Amino acid sequence: MTEMLELTFMRQALVAALLAGVAAPLVGTFLVQRRMSLIGDGMGHVALAGVAVGILTGQAPVLTALVAAVFAGVAIELIRASGRTSGDVALAVMFYGGIALGVVLIARSTASSPANLTAYLFGAILTTNAGDLVVLAALTVVVLAVTLLLRPRFFAVANDEEYARAAGMPVMAYNLVLAVLTAVTVVVSMRVVGLLLISALMIIPNATAQVLARSFGSSVRWAVLLGVLSSVGGVLVSYWAETPSGGTIVLMAIALFLAVTGLAGLAARARRAAHRRAERHDHEHGPRCGHEAVEHDDHVDYLHDGHRHAAHEGHYDEHGRHEEVVQR
Amino acid sequence: MPLSAAPSLIDLRSASFGYGDRSVVSGVDLTIRPGEVVALLGPNGSGKSTLVKGLLGLTEHQGGQVLLLGTPREHFREHTRIGYVPQRHSLSTSVRATVTEIVAVGRLPHRPWWRPASREDREIVAASIRAVGLADRAGEEVASLSGGQQRRVLIARALAGQPELLVMDEPTAGVDRASQVALAETLRGLAARGTSMLVVTHELAALRDVVTRIVCMDSGHVDFDGPTAAYAAHVAAHAPGSTYDHTDRPRPPAPVGGPFDRPEARS
Repeated sequence: MTEMLELTFMRQALVAALLAGVAAPLVGTFLVQRRMSLIGDGMGHVALAGVAVGILTGQAPVLTALVAAVFAGVAIELIRASGRTSGDVALAVMFYGGIALGVVLIARSTASSPANLTAYLFGAILTTNAGDLVVLAALTVVVLAVTLLLRPRFFAVANDEEYARAAGMPVMAYNLVLAVLTAVTVVVSMRVVGLLLISALMIIPNATAQVLARSFGSSVRWAVLLGVLSSVGGVLVSYWAETPSGGTIVLMAIALFLAVTGLAGLAARARRAAHRRAERHDHEHGPRCGHEAVEHDDHVDYLHDGHRHAAHEGHYDEHGRHEEVVQR
Repeated sequence: MPLSAAPSLIDLRSASFGYGDRSVVSGVDLTIRPGEVVALLGPNGSGKSTLVKGLLGLTEHQGGQVLLLGTPREHFREHTRIGYVPQRHSLSTSVRATVTEIVAVGRLPHRPWWRPASREDREIVAASIRAVGLADRAGEEVASLSGGQQRRVLIARALAGQPELLVMDEPTAGVDRASQVALAETLRGLAARGTSMLVVTHELAALRDVVTRIVCMDSGHVDFDGPTAAYAAHVAAHAPGSTYDHTDRPRPPAPVGGPFDRPEARS
């Protein structure tokens, strides 16, 4: 471990992985909520054209990729908002145009090799340099700050756009900000995960978090934790196993997803067996319902014909006959 | 006519609303005053939803005058004063969200984007959840609730904005019995506290004792506007067998006789 940390490129790769692991799932939450899970993939395609322009012109590829991805993000949002049926086709033209242009331009440049292209598409721990790292860290801080500040608004707009509009919220502005944040995240994650695999780091930790969490707030925290576990863990494994970092990170995220889903299935079965539902219940208990309310540990039971009923999800749970509970 | 002391909440003068170049609702005159609970009735496709969405700025305002709390719709910025409960069969969320998280959205328009929720915000959210009888389930995930409970979550979200008028689109449609009762109870409680409401519905039965006035729409126009008692007379007058009732002369079937029709089909 210490031997690995003595290598400058490994230290840089681990920091880059940490940044990507935080930013990608954070922004991805809102993409999942808006059912736009694959949009990051499209932005990654367009970002490749930006990378190629950077390599050809001798600019830093991170910056040219950022310009291309932000352009794609804003275009996607405007096309989506126009609501035209041809929008879907326009997106396809833009995404594949981007990746095709990227491949052609990189092949034309004398400064790069096919290995270089693979590194951008699938991620490689060796590609991050110190200068890049500063830019990536600054971008991650921007993503974090804006997302945390606007989280309630992003949630509101993604949850019910019509209501947000009726409540006078600037829906389009929030959607555009989210699109730009997604573009920035694509660029932040580009070096470690690769442009073709970025979407996975945005979406899969969120899918896992949905299984573990019971609220939106906790699902965001789980997603970030799982994202960091996958990205940092993936980079470590890729060092030892000498595998490409991007693929390793994504496989790691998928392994976590499968493990959590499997365990959660077992846990749910155990819970179902342990909890009893009250008989068909045509009545809602409340302060004015006429049934006596009694404290029961951390909640309130209502006495209904001698039985204790407690609110659970959409129904009432049977918490036993009142006298028996009291005697216990 | 003497001017009423309180300004009207909603004032429409030959207003029309629609989508693009298609007008769905036209020539509507409607005034709603504070304290009224108005049921907006009418068959499917009569323009009820288009009208309420028009009030909220969700459909295009195509003509006439629309005053919201005395301000023309184009200049109306105090959106929180009108609370909207949209028509949703379920609050299908692609991510987890609790009742409290959804209701807290109703507070957002009250504060600038950079300010976090205050204690007062959280208290109002809790009170709104209590007002719809969901205090026991405030921490539950909305997707696990029944359809009627989810509908009450949406009402609580609108209440959290502390509006002067609640606009509800079909709050009772497709809701189980227990929730119908709880919903009517919720609306009764709000009416008792003086909340003004405009409720789009086609099930008056559940809300009969809450409603103070009925407006009935048909094919984009208002065809009845009056107190509940007069509505019963209106319905009776239009019932089959009444003087309003008539059968259109049955149209003869279209003549057949194209080149592919069998000759025996012509009669």
